[in-house]
Amino acid sequence: MNDSELFELWVYLSESPLLHLTLTLLAYQVARSLHRLSGGHPLANPVAIAVGLLIALLLMTDTDYATYFEGAQFVHFLLGPATVALAIPLYGQLSKLRAIWLPVMGAVTVGVCTAALSAIAIAKLLGGSVISQLSLAPKSATAPVAMGVSDAIGGLPSLTAVLVVTTGIIGAVTGGWICDRLGIRDTSVRGIAIGVASHGIGTARAFQISPEMGAFAGLGMALSAGMTALLVPLLVKLLGIVA
Amino acid sequence: MINTLLLLLVFELVGEVLVRVTDLPLPGPVVGMFALLGTLMLRGRSWPELDAAATTLLSHLSLLFIPAGVGVILHFQRLGAEWLPLLTALVLGTVVTLAITAWSLSRLLQVQARHQRSKLRAGWVVTGEGQS
Repeated sequence: MNDSELFELWVYLSESPLLHLTLTLLAYQVARSLHRLSGGHPLANPVAIAVGLLIALLLMTDTDYATYFEGAQFVHFLLGPATVALAIPLYGQLSKLRAIWLPVMGAVTVGVCTAALSAIAIAKLLGGSVISQLSLAPKSATAPVAMGVSDAIGGLPSLTAVLVVTTGIIGAVTGGWICDRLGIRDTSVRGIAIGVASHGIGTARAFQISPEMGAFAGLGMALSAGMTALLVPLLVKLLGIVA
Repeated sequence: MINTLLLLLVFELVGEVLVRVTDLPLPGPVVGMFALLGTLMLRGRSWPELDAAATTLLSHLSLLFIPAGVGVILHFQRLGAEWLPLLTALVLGTVVTLAITAWSLSRLLQVQARHQRSKLRAGWVVTGEGQS
Protein backbone atom coordinates (compact mmCIF):
# COMPACT_ATOMS: atom_id res chain seq x y z
CA MET A 1 0.00 0.00 0.00
CA ASN A 2 1.53 3.32 -1.06
CA ASP A 3 0.91 6.75 0.41
CA SER A 4 -1.90 7.82 -1.91
CA GLU A 5 -3.78 4.55 -1.34
CA LEU A 6 -3.37 5.05 2.38
CA PHE A 7 -4.68 8.59 2.03
CA GLU A 8 -7.73 7.39 0.10
CA LEU A 9 -8.40 4.77 2.73
CA TRP A 10 -8.17 7.46 5.42
CA VAL A 11 -10.54 9.75 3.53
CA TYR A 12 -13.00 6.90 3.11
CA LEU A 13 -12.84 5.83 6.76
CA SER A 14 -12.96 9.32 8.23
CA GLU A 15 -16.17 9.99 6.30
CA SER A 16 -17.94 6.90 7.61
CA PRO A 17 -19.46 6.77 11.09
CA LEU A 18 -17.74 3.42 11.70
CA LEU A 19 -14.32 4.92 12.45
CA HIS A 20 -15.35 7.36 15.17
CA LEU A 21 -17.81 4.93 16.73
CA THR A 22 -15.01 2.37 16.99
CA LEU A 23 -12.56 4.95 18.33
CA THR A 24 -15.07 6.03 21.02
CA LEU A 25 -15.46 2.43 22.21
CA LEU A 26 -11.70 1.88 22.01
CA ALA A 27 -10.97 5.02 24.06
CA TYR A 28 -13.51 3.81 26.63
CA GLN A 29 -11.83 0.37 26.83
CA VAL A 30 -8.40 1.97 27.32
CA ALA A 31 -9.84 4.32 29.98
CA ARG A 32 -11.46 1.39 31.77
CA SER A 33 -8.21 -0.58 31.78
CA LEU A 34 -6.37 2.42 33.24
CA HIS A 35 -9.15 2.86 35.81
CA ARG A 36 -8.77 -0.81 36.82
CA LEU A 37 -4.97 -0.58 36.87
CA SER A 38 -5.29 2.33 39.32
CA GLY A 39 -7.32 0.05 41.60
CA GLY A 40 -10.54 1.92 40.83
CA HIS A 41 -9.15 5.24 42.06
CA PRO A 42 -11.72 8.07 41.60
CA LEU A 43 -9.07 10.34 40.05
CA ALA A 44 -8.65 7.87 37.16
CA ASN A 45 -12.16 8.77 35.95
CA PRO A 46 -13.02 6.79 32.78
CA VAL A 47 -14.99 9.65 31.16
CA ALA A 48 -12.16 12.15 31.69
CA ILE A 49 -9.49 9.79 30.36
CA ALA A 50 -11.51 8.76 27.28
CA VAL A 51 -12.49 12.36 26.46
CA GLY A 52 -8.82 13.42 26.79
CA LEU A 53 -7.65 10.63 24.47
CA LEU A 54 -10.30 11.41 21.83
CA ILE A 55 -9.62 15.17 21.89
CA ALA A 56 -5.91 14.54 21.38
CA LEU A 57 -6.76 12.25 18.48
CA LEU A 58 -9.18 14.72 16.84
CA LEU A 59 -6.66 17.56 17.15
CA MET A 60 -3.85 15.42 15.69
CA THR A 61 -5.95 14.28 12.72
CA ASP A 62 -7.56 17.72 12.26
CA THR A 63 -11.07 16.26 12.54
CA ASP A 64 -13.95 18.55 13.47
CA TYR A 65 -16.54 17.72 16.13
CA ALA A 66 -19.44 17.35 13.68
CA THR A 67 -17.56 14.60 11.80
CA TYR A 68 -16.67 12.88 15.07
CA PHE A 69 -20.25 13.08 16.31
CA GLU A 70 -21.61 11.37 13.21
CA GLY A 71 -20.01 8.19 14.52
CA ALA A 72 -20.34 8.90 18.22
CA GLN A 73 -24.06 9.71 18.05
CA PHE A 74 -24.90 6.00 18.26
CA VAL A 75 -23.33 5.88 21.71
CA HIS A 76 -24.87 9.24 22.66
CA PHE A 77 -28.31 7.94 21.68
CA LEU A 78 -28.14 5.18 24.31
CA LEU A 79 -28.31 7.82 27.08
CA GLY A 80 -32.10 7.80 26.62
CA PRO A 81 -32.72 4.06 27.13
CA ALA A 82 -30.10 4.06 29.95
CA THR A 83 -32.02 6.81 31.76
CA VAL A 84 -35.23 4.77 31.45
CA ALA A 85 -33.32 1.73 32.76
CA LEU A 86 -32.55 3.61 36.01
CA ALA A 87 -36.12 2.65 37.04
CA ILE A 88 -34.96 -0.94 37.63
CA PRO A 89 -32.38 -0.38 40.42
CA LEU A 90 -34.73 2.24 41.84
CA TYR A 91 -37.53 -0.32 41.99
CA GLY A 92 -35.17 -2.58 43.94
CA GLN A 93 -34.80 0.14 46.61
CA LEU A 94 -38.49 1.01 46.75
CA SER A 95 -39.15 0.04 50.37
CA LYS A 96 -36.24 2.19 51.55
CA LEU A 97 -37.35 5.02 49.29
CA ARG A 98 -40.89 4.98 50.72
CA ALA A 99 -39.51 5.57 54.21
CA ILE A 100 -37.31 8.55 53.32
CA TRP A 101 -39.04 10.36 50.44
CA LEU A 102 -39.86 13.53 52.38
CA PRO A 103 -36.30 14.28 53.60
CA VAL A 104 -35.07 13.38 50.10
CA MET A 105 -37.34 15.95 48.44
CA GLY A 106 -36.17 18.60 50.92
CA ALA A 107 -32.50 17.84 50.34
CA VAL A 108 -32.89 17.79 46.55
CA THR A 109 -34.52 21.25 46.64
CA VAL A 110 -31.68 22.60 48.79
CA GLY A 111 -29.10 20.92 46.53
CA VAL A 112 -30.49 22.27 43.25
CA CYS A 113 -30.67 25.84 44.59
CA THR A 114 -27.13 25.55 45.99
CA ALA A 115 -25.83 24.24 42.65
CA ALA A 116 -27.27 27.13 40.63
CA LEU A 117 -26.57 29.94 43.12
CA SER A 118 -23.02 28.86 43.97
CA ALA A 119 -22.05 28.55 40.29
CA ILE A 120 -23.56 31.93 39.34
CA ALA A 121 -22.05 33.70 42.37
CA ILE A 122 -18.54 32.33 41.90
CA ALA A 123 -18.49 33.04 38.16
CA LYS A 124 -19.79 36.58 38.72
CA LEU A 125 -17.28 37.27 41.51
CA LEU A 126 -14.37 36.20 39.30
CA GLY A 127 -15.51 38.26 36.32
CA GLY A 128 -17.18 35.57 34.19
CA SER A 129 -19.45 36.84 31.41
CA VAL A 130 -23.25 36.81 31.80
CA ILE A 131 -23.51 34.13 29.09
CA SER A 132 -21.15 31.93 31.08
CA GLN A 133 -23.09 32.53 34.32
CA LEU A 134 -26.34 31.52 32.60
CA SER A 135 -24.72 28.51 30.95
CA LEU A 136 -23.41 27.41 34.38
CA ALA A 137 -26.71 27.74 36.26
CA PRO A 138 -28.25 24.33 35.32
CA LYS A 139 -24.90 22.44 35.28
CA SER A 140 -25.79 19.88 37.97
CA ALA A 141 -28.76 18.50 36.03
CA THR A 142 -28.52 15.72 33.48
CA ALA A 143 -27.42 16.93 30.01
CA PRO A 144 -30.78 17.09 28.14
CA VAL A 145 -32.48 19.05 30.97
CA ALA A 146 -29.49 21.32 31.53
CA MET A 147 -29.26 22.15 27.82
CA GLY A 148 -32.98 22.86 27.60
CA VAL A 149 -32.90 25.13 30.66
CA SER A 150 -29.76 26.87 29.41
CA ASP A 151 -31.47 27.62 26.12
CA ALA A 152 -34.59 28.92 27.89
CA ILE A 153 -32.69 31.34 30.17
CA GLY A 154 -30.33 32.67 27.50
CA GLY A 155 -27.21 30.52 27.98
CA LEU A 156 -25.33 28.53 25.34
CA PRO A 157 -26.65 24.93 25.28
CA SER A 158 -23.48 23.45 23.77
CA LEU A 159 -21.32 25.21 26.39
CA THR A 160 -23.69 23.93 29.08
CA ALA A 161 -23.21 20.37 27.78
CA VAL A 162 -19.47 20.66 28.38
CA LEU A 163 -19.96 22.26 31.82
CA VAL A 164 -22.39 19.46 32.70
CA VAL A 165 -19.91 16.73 31.77
CA THR A 166 -17.11 18.49 33.70
CA THR A 167 -19.38 18.89 36.73
CA GLY A 168 -20.14 15.18 36.54
CA ILE A 169 -16.46 14.28 36.48
CA ILE A 170 -15.70 16.60 39.43
CA GLY A 171 -18.56 15.13 41.47
CA ALA A 172 -17.51 11.56 40.61
CA VAL A 173 -13.90 12.29 41.61
CA THR A 174 -14.60 14.19 44.87
CA GLY A 175 -17.96 12.75 46.05
CA GLY A 176 -16.67 9.87 48.16
CA TRP A 177 -13.95 12.03 49.71
CA ILE A 178 -16.40 14.82 50.66
CA CYS A 179 -18.85 12.39 52.30
CA ASP A 180 -15.95 10.79 54.22
CA ARG A 181 -14.87 14.25 55.47
CA LEU A 182 -18.44 14.96 56.61
CA GLY A 183 -18.56 11.57 58.34
CA ILE A 184 -21.51 10.42 56.18
CA ARG A 185 -21.55 6.64 55.80
CA ASP A 186 -25.22 5.99 54.88
CA THR A 187 -25.19 4.61 51.31
CA SER A 188 -28.51 6.24 50.41
CA VAL A 189 -27.31 9.70 51.52
CA ARG A 190 -24.00 9.33 49.67
CA GLY A 191 -25.79 8.14 46.53
CA ILE A 192 -28.43 10.87 46.48
CA ALA A 193 -25.88 13.64 47.11
CA ILE A 194 -23.62 12.47 44.27
CA GLY A 195 -26.63 12.12 41.93
CA VAL A 196 -28.00 15.59 42.74
CA ALA A 197 -24.64 17.34 42.38
CA SER A 198 -23.21 15.39 39.45
CA HIS A 199 -26.06 13.63 37.57
CA GLY A 200 -25.29 10.59 35.38
CA ILE A 201 -21.49 10.64 35.62
CA GLY A 202 -21.75 10.72 39.42
CA THR A 203 -24.31 7.92 39.10
CA ALA A 204 -21.91 5.90 36.91
CA ARG A 205 -19.28 6.29 39.66
CA ALA A 206 -21.84 5.24 42.31
CA PHE A 207 -22.63 2.07 40.33
CA GLN A 208 -18.89 1.25 40.37
CA ILE A 209 -19.06 1.33 44.18
CA SER A 210 -22.34 -0.60 44.70
CA PRO A 211 -25.68 -1.20 42.94
CA GLU A 212 -27.51 0.22 45.97
CA MET A 213 -25.55 3.48 45.88
CA GLY A 214 -26.12 3.59 42.12
CA ALA A 215 -29.88 3.26 42.59
CA PHE A 216 -30.00 6.22 44.99
CA ALA A 217 -27.70 8.27 42.79
CA GLY A 218 -30.06 7.60 39.87
CA LEU A 219 -32.95 8.81 42.02
CA GLY A 220 -31.02 11.95 43.03
CA MET A 221 -30.26 12.61 39.38
CA ALA A 222 -33.89 12.22 38.27
CA LEU A 223 -35.27 14.43 41.05
CA SER A 224 -32.61 17.07 40.50
CA ALA A 225 -33.47 17.09 36.78
CA GLY A 226 -37.10 17.89 37.57
CA MET A 227 -36.23 20.43 40.25
CA THR A 228 -33.68 22.18 38.01
CA ALA A 229 -36.23 22.51 35.22
CA LEU A 230 -38.72 24.04 37.68
CA LEU A 231 -36.49 26.20 39.88
CA VAL A 232 -33.49 27.44 37.88
CA PRO A 233 -35.46 29.64 35.41
CA LEU A 234 -37.27 31.10 38.46
CA LEU A 235 -34.01 31.74 40.37
CA VAL A 236 -32.43 33.45 37.37
CA LYS A 237 -35.48 35.67 37.01
CA LEU A 238 -35.41 36.55 40.74
CA LEU A 239 -31.73 37.45 40.49
CA GLY A 240 -32.51 39.59 37.47
CA ILE A 241 -29.74 38.13 35.27
CA VAL A 242 -30.46 38.87 31.62
CA ALA A 243 -28.27 37.87 28.69
CA MET B 1 -32.10 -8.81 24.76
CA ILE B 2 -34.16 -7.43 21.87
CA ASN B 3 -37.29 -7.56 24.03
CA THR B 4 -35.68 -5.56 26.79
CA LEU B 5 -34.25 -2.98 24.39
CA LEU B 6 -37.70 -2.70 22.86
CA LEU B 7 -39.23 -2.23 26.31
CA LEU B 8 -36.76 0.55 27.20
CA LEU B 9 -37.32 2.28 23.85
CA VAL B 10 -41.11 2.04 24.21
CA PHE B 11 -40.97 3.70 27.64
CA GLU B 12 -38.63 6.38 26.32
CA LEU B 13 -41.11 7.01 23.51
CA VAL B 14 -44.00 7.14 25.99
CA GLY B 15 -41.99 9.69 27.99
CA GLU B 16 -41.30 11.81 24.90
CA VAL B 17 -44.95 11.77 23.89
CA LEU B 18 -46.13 12.66 27.42
CA VAL B 19 -43.69 15.58 27.53
CA ARG B 20 -44.90 16.91 24.18
CA VAL B 21 -48.57 16.48 25.06
CA THR B 22 -48.44 17.90 28.60
CA ASP B 23 -45.69 20.52 28.20
CA LEU B 24 -43.86 19.08 31.22
CA PRO B 25 -40.53 20.86 31.79
CA LEU B 26 -38.73 17.47 31.87
CA PRO B 27 -36.75 15.41 29.36
CA GLY B 28 -38.64 12.47 27.82
CA PRO B 29 -36.30 9.75 29.16
CA VAL B 30 -36.76 10.98 32.78
CA VAL B 31 -40.56 10.79 32.38
CA GLY B 32 -40.07 7.36 30.75
CA MET B 33 -38.10 6.29 33.82
CA PHE B 34 -40.94 7.28 36.15
CA ALA B 35 -43.44 5.54 33.82
CA LEU B 36 -41.41 2.30 33.94
CA LEU B 37 -41.08 2.60 37.73
CA GLY B 38 -44.87 3.03 37.98
CA THR B 39 -45.41 -0.02 35.75
CA LEU B 40 -43.07 -2.16 37.88
CA MET B 41 -44.88 -1.01 41.05
CA LEU B 42 -48.29 -1.92 39.57
CA ARG B 43 -46.97 -5.26 38.31
CA GLY B 44 -45.37 -6.02 41.68
CA ARG B 45 -42.19 -7.54 40.21
CA SER B 46 -39.64 -6.98 37.45
CA TRP B 47 -38.65 -9.16 34.49
CA PRO B 48 -35.40 -11.16 35.02
CA GLU B 49 -34.17 -10.39 31.48
CA LEU B 50 -34.87 -6.69 32.02
CA ASP B 51 -32.90 -6.74 35.29
CA ALA B 52 -29.92 -8.36 33.59
CA ALA B 53 -29.94 -6.02 30.58
CA ALA B 54 -30.37 -2.92 32.73
CA THR B 55 -27.49 -3.93 34.98
CA THR B 56 -25.22 -4.39 31.95
CA LEU B 57 -26.26 -1.09 30.37
CA LEU B 58 -25.90 0.86 33.63
CA SER B 59 -22.48 -0.62 34.38
CA HIS B 60 -21.30 1.17 31.18
CA LEU B 61 -23.05 4.47 31.89
CA SER B 62 -19.68 6.30 31.72
CA LEU B 63 -19.28 5.36 28.05
CA LEU B 64 -22.47 7.19 27.09
CA PHE B 65 -21.17 10.59 28.26
CA ILE B 66 -18.00 10.50 26.18
CA PRO B 67 -19.45 11.99 22.93
CA ALA B 68 -20.91 15.01 24.80
CA GLY B 69 -17.65 15.43 26.72
CA VAL B 70 -15.57 15.59 23.55
CA GLY B 71 -17.72 18.64 22.65
CA VAL B 72 -15.37 20.67 24.86
CA ILE B 73 -13.37 21.00 21.66
CA LEU B 74 -15.99 23.48 20.37
CA HIS B 75 -15.42 25.87 23.28
CA PHE B 76 -11.66 26.06 23.65
CA GLN B 77 -11.72 29.80 22.90
CA ARG B 78 -14.22 30.79 25.60
CA LEU B 79 -12.66 28.36 28.04
CA GLY B 80 -9.27 29.90 27.37
CA ALA B 81 -10.59 33.43 27.96
CA GLU B 82 -12.72 32.62 31.02
CA TRP B 83 -10.96 29.60 32.47
CA LEU B 84 -10.64 31.01 35.99
CA PRO B 85 -14.33 31.87 36.69
CA LEU B 86 -15.56 28.75 34.87
CA LEU B 87 -13.17 26.28 36.48
CA THR B 88 -13.63 27.76 39.98
CA ALA B 89 -17.42 27.77 39.61
CA LEU B 90 -17.33 24.14 38.45
CA VAL B 91 -14.97 22.77 41.10
CA LEU B 92 -16.00 24.86 44.11
CA GLY B 93 -19.69 24.92 43.13
CA THR B 94 -19.87 21.14 42.73
CA VAL B 95 -18.00 20.44 45.97
CA VAL B 96 -20.23 22.87 47.90
CA THR B 97 -23.40 21.40 46.32
CA LEU B 98 -22.37 17.85 47.16
CA ALA B 99 -21.48 18.74 50.74
CA ILE B 100 -24.64 20.77 51.40
CA THR B 101 -26.93 18.15 49.82
CA ALA B 102 -25.36 15.30 51.80
CA TRP B 103 -25.36 17.33 55.02
CA SER B 104 -28.96 18.55 54.70
CA LEU B 105 -30.23 15.06 53.80
CA SER B 106 -28.59 13.47 56.82
CA ARG B 107 -29.94 16.26 59.08
CA LEU B 108 -33.46 15.88 57.65
CA LEU B 109 -33.29 12.11 58.18
CA GLN B 110 -32.33 12.72 61.82
CA VAL B 111 -35.27 15.10 62.22
CA GLN B 112 -37.61 12.53 60.68
CA ALA B 113 -36.29 9.74 62.92
CA ARG B 114 -36.71 11.91 66.04
CA HIS B 115 -40.21 12.81 64.97
CA GLN B 116 -41.14 9.15 64.45
CA ARG B 117 -39.66 8.14 67.81
CA SER B 118 -41.68 10.80 69.60
CA LYS B 119 -44.83 9.61 67.83
CA LEU B 120 -44.01 6.04 68.91
CA ARG B 121 -43.63 7.19 72.51
CA ALA B 122 -47.00 8.91 72.28
CA GLY B 123 -48.44 5.53 71.33
CA TRP B 124 -49.40 6.42 67.77
CA VAL B 125 -49.35 3.89 64.99
CA VAL B 126 -46.35 4.47 62.77
CA THR B 127 -46.01 3.11 59.30
CA GLY B 128 -42.63 3.06 57.52
CA GLU B 129 -39.33 2.43 59.21
CA GLY B 130 -37.33 5.08 61.03
CA GLN B 131 -33.97 6.12 59.66
CA SER B 132 -31.01 7.19 61.68
